[in-house]
Amino acid sequence: MPTSSFVSVKNGDALLLVGTDKRAFLLRAAGGRKRWQAGGPFFPGLSVYAMAYDGRAGRHRVWAAPQSTHWGAELCASDDFGRAWDRPEMPRVRFPAAAEASLAHVWQIEPGREEEPERLFCGVEPAALFESRDAGETWALNEGLWNHPHRPRWTPGNGGLCLHTILPDPANPQRLTVAVSAGGVYRTDDGGKSWAVKNRGVRADFLADKHPEFGQCVHKIARHPSRPERLFLQNHFGLYRSDDGGDSWRDIANGVPSDFGFGMAVHPHEPETVFILPLTADEFRWVPEGKLRVYRTRNGGKSWQPLSRGLPKGRVFETVLRDALAADPFDPAGVYFGTRSGKLYASRDAGASWALALDGLPPVTCVKAVLVENAGRARMPRPAAARPKKASRRRMRRAA
Amino acid sequence: MPVRFYIPGYLRPFTGGRGSVVLPGAPSTVGGALELLWAHHPGVKERVVTEQGEVRPHINVFVGEESIRFADGLATPLSEGCEISILPAVSGG
Repeated sequence: MPTSSFVSVKNGDALLLVGTDKRAFLLRAAGGRKRWQAGGPFFPGLSVYAMAYDGRAGRHRVWAAPQSTHWGAELCASDDFGRAWDRPEMPRVRFPAAAEASLAHVWQIEPGREEEPERLFCGVEPAALFESRDAGETWALNEGLWNHPHRPRWTPGNGGLCLHTILPDPANPQRLTVAVSAGGVYRTDDGGKSWAVKNRGVRADFLADKHPEFGQCVHKIARHPSRPERLFLQNHFGLYRSDDGGDSWRDIANGVPSDFGFGMAVHPHEPETVFILPLTADEFRWVPEGKLRVYRTRNGGKSWQPLSRGLPKGRVFETVLRDALAADPFDPAGVYFGTRSGKLYASRDAGASWALALDGLPPVTCVKAVLVENAGRARMPRPAAARPKKASRRRMRRAA
Repeated sequence: MPVRFYIPGYLRPFTGGRGSVVLPGAPSTVGGALELLWAHHPGVKERVVTEQGEVRPHINVFVGEESIRFADGLATPLSEGCEISILPAVSGG
């Protein structure tokens, strides 16, 4: 068993949650985000597609969803930044017998609205939504979506049939938007009882009917909390914006080298600014022209500019997966992405320049970036090896 | 006839750290023996079988040296003093 190292997280730190195909890591940096200290590996040998940080209600809880090829998937939590992970005897997320399904993977963990600090969601494979109303202790399948008449006709993409994106609406507690590959966008306006399909205008190039009611392979949706009705969507071919909460979508692939890609992140302070990382096509899945570039729009998708300062200049064949691009809430904003070749790049000036933060990882599946507040309460006792020093200092003071 | 189970490292957090568990009872099949194990260590069950009660595809259960996949599955009969091993298959990458 490899030895893990741990990070000591302080109030005001930036924290990166990095999931990979074979383990997970936590990286911390002071607010300036110049130097990253890595903790881990956690869950060695297990794939971690989903991680989340829940800092609501005084918590400092890191969630992770390790999945073993042998033993299945589960949802684990740590309240001390990875020193200990709880693994309940009964896995938290499991399908009820009546569903006649078994959990394959957890693809997304999403804390609910700030005003509902006990509420969390997770999206899983086979495509389903689970919800907790007790801060993650117990979870229940959302029956409304599970029993949706479309569900039997959803089809898996390359990664499996998964519900990978969950967007609680900051202004409307009854509204929640989710994305399924390949089913498309679904939205509830009654707290999860019923779900309406929201794919109007989104293409499905891989089907005979290019504009079906459902079956689209949506890769990611992002929104800024100050503009809850405006959504940005990275599709399996297609880049879209909705100004009506998903009721309709229009193409915004204006000047990008490819409208195929996975990840998408909104700038924390500029609702019109969005980051994406285009890839050539579904059959190749590497960066266009062999150039690793993040693209950014600052006008809601009217135009896009490449950002590459500090990124490799030579020809590369990188792929960035759907949850491996993220922005932090600092000002200036940090933007991060991890590649399938195991590199983690970081920008601390909203994408203007980049630096390699960590290398030599397994394929990166997930990157989340957060600000840790009031972390003093979460600090752990010093490790045993450090204690004698403190005691000997005390003895020295006494002697003096 | 007590049954001895060998538990792989991944599951030992759910057997109090023990790699070997002996349970009293007289099960006649592997399925019956596993029910005994599940009753004492439900955390093991949750990782060995799916929510639908099927042994996960990359898990092998042996009676002595014989995989139950090539015998009668959970209906494989048990004989006096036999031992049951739960082992992960050689899958991965």
